[in-house]
Amino acid sequence: MTSGTKHLEVTLETQVESVNLAEEMCLRVAEAAGFGEDDCYRIGMSVREGVINAFHYGNQERPEKKIYLAVDITAEKLIIHVLDEGTGFTLADVPDPLAEENLLSTSGRGIFLMRAFMDEFDVVPGRTGGAEIVMSKKLPGPNGQGGQETGPQQGA
Amino acid sequence: MSLRATHRDVGTITVVDLSGRITLGDGSALLRKTIRTLLDDQRKKILLNLADVDYIDSSGIGELVSGFTAVKNQGGDLKLLQLTKKVRDLLQITKLYTVFDVYSEESSAVRSFR
Repeated sequence: MTSGTKHLEVTLETQVESVNLAEEMCLRVAEAAGFGEDDCYRIGMSVREGVINAFHYGNQERPEKKIYLAVDITAEKLIIHVLDEGTGFTLADVPDPLAEENLLSTSGRGIFLMRAFMDEFDVVPGRTGGAEIVMSKKLPGPNGQGGQETGPQQGA
Repeated sequence: MSLRATHRDVGTITVVDLSGRITLGDGSALLRKTIRTLLDDQRKKILLNLADVDYIDSSGIGELVSGFTAVKNQGGDLKLLQLTKKVRDLLQITKLYTVFDVYSEESSAVRSFR
């Protein structure tokens, strides 16, 4: 962590309530960092989807497992980490929810939404052996070039 | 804000007025229960009024798709009414806007059911 970076982390229980808690916490951080309403919505949604992914797919809804949420604010961007205690996964193995055969699937859109709503998105092997989602958005204002109130980007 | 759902009959059509958030947990569960209950009552022409739904996550999207499929499988139809901008954007980027029949006017939506 570089000097001037603000860091916040919490350990969440594997339960539905953690999804709302994580969203509310990150929304407050995003608002304090100066993001506008539309970007706050996108950040909040991405955090929701990251924690839902950890809750459901990573930790398999097993209450003895934890979800680790961390937020960094650097001079340029807001970075969010969501780590689970599952077995990890590879992004390339995630089905494309926009493919014709998947359009009526009842699940599998979370990764797509995070990719669409954040500037950068990746999944890396975490220290727990589970998956660590790392996603970021450029700060609005003079230090970052982001923060414009544009529509959602379409991603794969 | 948690989800609330009430329904009313307009001719042979059941209009479900939803308000709040359709998200993982209670919101998605209530939508599922509402649609399943209507199907059990043989109400198969369903119009979901989303005018007061300002937030849907991937779980909520999944529940909309699940309801749509369940109604279709029973020979019925499920359509959407009055999407907010956020919900419309979400359905557009997930390509579901082309799957659902979406209306801005209730009278037009009701007339569209056969």
